[in-house]
Amino acid sequence: MKLSRRTFLKTSGIATAGIAAATVGPEKFLLWAEEAGLIQATYVPTYCEICFWKCGAIAKVLNGRVVKLEGNPVHGNSRGKLCARGNGGIGLLYDKDRLKSPLINVGKRGEGKYRKASWDEALGVVAEKMKGIKEKYGPEAMAIFTHGTPTDHFLPLLSAYGTPNVGMPSFAQCRGPRDVGYELTFGEGPGSPERVDLVNSKVMVLIGSHLGENMHNSQVQDFAEAIGRGSKLVVVDPRYSIAAGKAQQWLPIRPATDVALLLAWINIIITEGLYDKAYLDQYAEGFAELAQEVSHCTPEWAAKETDLPAAQIVETARMMGHNAPAVTIHPGRHATWYGDDVQRSRAMAILTALLGSWGRPGGMFFATKASLPKGESKPFPEPAKAPLNGGGYPFAGSEGVTQAIRTATITGAPYPIKGWFVSGTNLMKSLPNQQETLDAIAKLDLLVVVDVMPMDLTMMADVILPECSYLERHDALAIGKGKSLSVSLRQPVVKPLHDSQPGWWIAKELAKKLDLGEYFPWNNYEDKIKAQCKTAGVSYDDLKKLGCLTIPNTSTPYITPENPPTFKTASGKIVLYSKELKEKGFDPVPVYVRHPLPPEGFFRLTYGRSAVHTFSRTTNNPALNELYKENEVWINAKKAQALGFSSGDYAVLVNQDGARSNRIRVKATQRIRDDMVYMVHGWGSNPKELSRSGRKGADDQGLITKYAVDPIAGSTGMRVNFVKLQKEA
Amino acid sequence: MPKYAMVIDQRRCVACMACVVACKNENEVPPDQYRTRVLEMVEGEFPLLRMELRSELCNHCDNPPCVYNCPTGASYKRKEDGIVLLRKNRCVGCKACVAACPYSARYINHEKGFADKCTFCDHRLKEGKEPACVATCIGKSRIFGDMDDPRSPVRVALQGSDATVLLEGAGTKPRVYYIKKFSKPE
Repeated sequence: MKLSRRTFLKTSGIATAGIAAATVGPEKFLLWAEEAGLIQATYVPTYCEICFWKCGAIAKVLNGRVVKLEGNPVHGNSRGKLCARGNGGIGLLYDKDRLKSPLINVGKRGEGKYRKASWDEALGVVAEKMKGIKEKYGPEAMAIFTHGTPTDHFLPLLSAYGTPNVGMPSFAQCRGPRDVGYELTFGEGPGSPERVDLVNSKVMVLIGSHLGENMHNSQVQDFAEAIGRGSKLVVVDPRYSIAAGKAQQWLPIRPATDVALLLAWINIIITEGLYDKAYLDQYAEGFAELAQEVSHCTPEWAAKETDLPAAQIVETARMMGHNAPAVTIHPGRHATWYGDDVQRSRAMAILTALLGSWGRPGGMFFATKASLPKGESKPFPEPAKAPLNGGGYPFAGSEGVTQAIRTATITGAPYPIKGWFVSGTNLMKSLPNQQETLDAIAKLDLLVVVDVMPMDLTMMADVILPECSYLERHDALAIGKGKSLSVSLRQPVVKPLHDSQPGWWIAKELAKKLDLGEYFPWNNYEDKIKAQCKTAGVSYDDLKKLGCLTIPNTSTPYITPENPPTFKTASGKIVLYSKELKEKGFDPVPVYVRHPLPPEGFFRLTYGRSAVHTFSRTTNNPALNELYKENEVWINAKKAQALGFSSGDYAVLVNQDGARSNRIRVKATQRIRDDMVYMVHGWGSNPKELSRSGRKGADDQGLITKYAVDPIAGSTGMRVNFVKLQKEA
Repeated sequence: MPKYAMVIDQRRCVACMACVVACKNENEVPPDQYRTRVLEMVEGEFPLLRMELRSELCNHCDNPPCVYNCPTGASYKRKEDGIVLLRKNRCVGCKACVAACPYSARYINHEKGFADKCTFCDHRLKEGKEPACVATCIGKSRIFGDMDDPRSPVRVALQGSDATVLLEGAGTKPRVYYIKKFSKPE
């Protein structure tokens, strides 16, 4: 928009006449009006949902419009700072492509033909179908897939309805095997946010973690702080990531050989006596067996497997040993790589234990032991049928094995799944092998999706329920269990735009129609939060004003004589050699297994994150799309040249099963090994309703037709596909 | 009279772009235009590589070519604190400043028609706040303060560092300092 003299006069006329009336395109003048003293800003604290770190944010509101988001200084996850995505939350709020009213499918499923509906009608249709499924197949035939804060509303709804079948991709497609590996070793997972004591570390070790590009606010703040303070950094990554660019030691490992490196490190630390003997004597069991099992894992052996110099493997092991216990072996986060991911995580946990870093400054700290008393709620009905979301995997977590539900939906065994309720996850992008997802959806009587944006799965739903963005709604209190106990509030900063509604409202209204209203016995969510605060002894007024309260004197981060560690394992000790795993038929100490390498002409497909996006959900956000408009395929410059590609060219990727990608720009770079390619996850979304990101870039998940299931946890290793580059047809 | 300056500690930058988005919201910078940017530069050959991450913005030069080349007197360097600013009502959008700036720090605001640039968030300084990019900088890589105050964060950061400025030879006398230390090729 060019500013002509006339529009300027007109607008300033409105402004002086009382800016409250200014609603037609005046947002461009809000800052000016504020500077001129015509309007005053209000500031509302809440917490962010652009990713899942739950950072405290403060919204600056001018005349009913959010103009700026800043970090809340009293919030431990943000400390006054927001990342690019958090800053870009306004882009989601005012994205013109948002879902604006309930929609009912009028074409074939997946065809994308919808008509607008009232909330009453849309919820009525959902309720009627859900009742029908319950009558015909039992409540267990409904499954819920969910992630993030919507879970706090819809999981209770579906539990009240009577199904135990919940699947969160955060387990089987992300952190699951890591958490299981650490639980098997220490009796608990590394937490989220991970309890890494980076600020006090002398050495930080990142194994396949690209912190920085993986923008987890407070953790990256700690990471930068540690670097600034001179902590040494070891980065194991086949790609020269931002973090690798900061490392003293970059280990460009051959993909899929991390376990070999870890076992060699463990062996070196044992044979050179660099482990913390006193710590292990006191807290661990199975050291002798461990030493025996890894004794053949020499640096020379590992060098051959990992394509790393043996000397570097030794040097980095010594670096860790000499600086122990102030060594953070970062547990990673997205750990579903090759199907032996629990064992790799176990190896990382064992290494942490050998260094005596668990519960020590500079290693991993303990979560607060404090908790807030919970109010009573009506108990959910006991399902008649056993849950099938464990998939038969002995260590599947309570978040469920998503693809086990998908398989059951396809096969109808052990019992049919006829309805999917989906909130906060775009299953087309989170689950491997999209054909299986499509096959499962084809078997459903009901697919209902709650979402803010018209994402891939959303635009296949029978009924779409548009949730308002996090800036327009209340959600559950976020209870933070880091060093200290904290509680954070999400509250509406502005009123819901369009005909969208908060998740809690949708759940409550749907519950009424399902005759389950008694499970939502409050008038509105603020009342519920107030009651919860009262029970917990937290001042709601303070919380509303400050956004976050940290409960004092709740921190016991390190092992001290007054704070001895507890390990919730069978023996009450750190488990180096796992009898539990052995009894169930698995290796008691991680064993290196060779994975297939890419055949001639193919590259291993790996994927990761951009600092300015959260998977597919932010790709269309104007504030973030602007900075990264489509993903690129990273390929080693020499290989690119040999194949006739230059940076900026478009290529099409074809995998071993013939799956083809959208066209994607080539990034020919020295920053990557020559046996793999890399791309940022979450692109190549299908819906045309996404005016910025729709059909831009390539969808890594579309190329992940093959996945390697971890037999211990049921998680899906997704770095097992090979692709070749072809010229755009 | 403060003498405002910025220090970019490149070692602490993770190229997360929080500064860029914060700046754009704070200052209503139009789509696809920027007052600040972060460059990601890598040299060497696999696996012997080194990386430089560099935030760039207006250098608020003490010898500012944009001011000297402005034919209307719109661009000026404020006497009190040295911030290079623009009198919007005097700007005719002639682009002389855009061409004169060796740092590509200026652009013609395509929504409003005048030359636009970083102001060190002058309006925030008045409220006692740091510039938006500094306030949100995840790595505390961007550091802001008064060069005349020995206790200010910029002076503390510069102490004992071999900070440089961009294009020193251009003689512009920038007020944005860079502390860099590359990770060395093995």
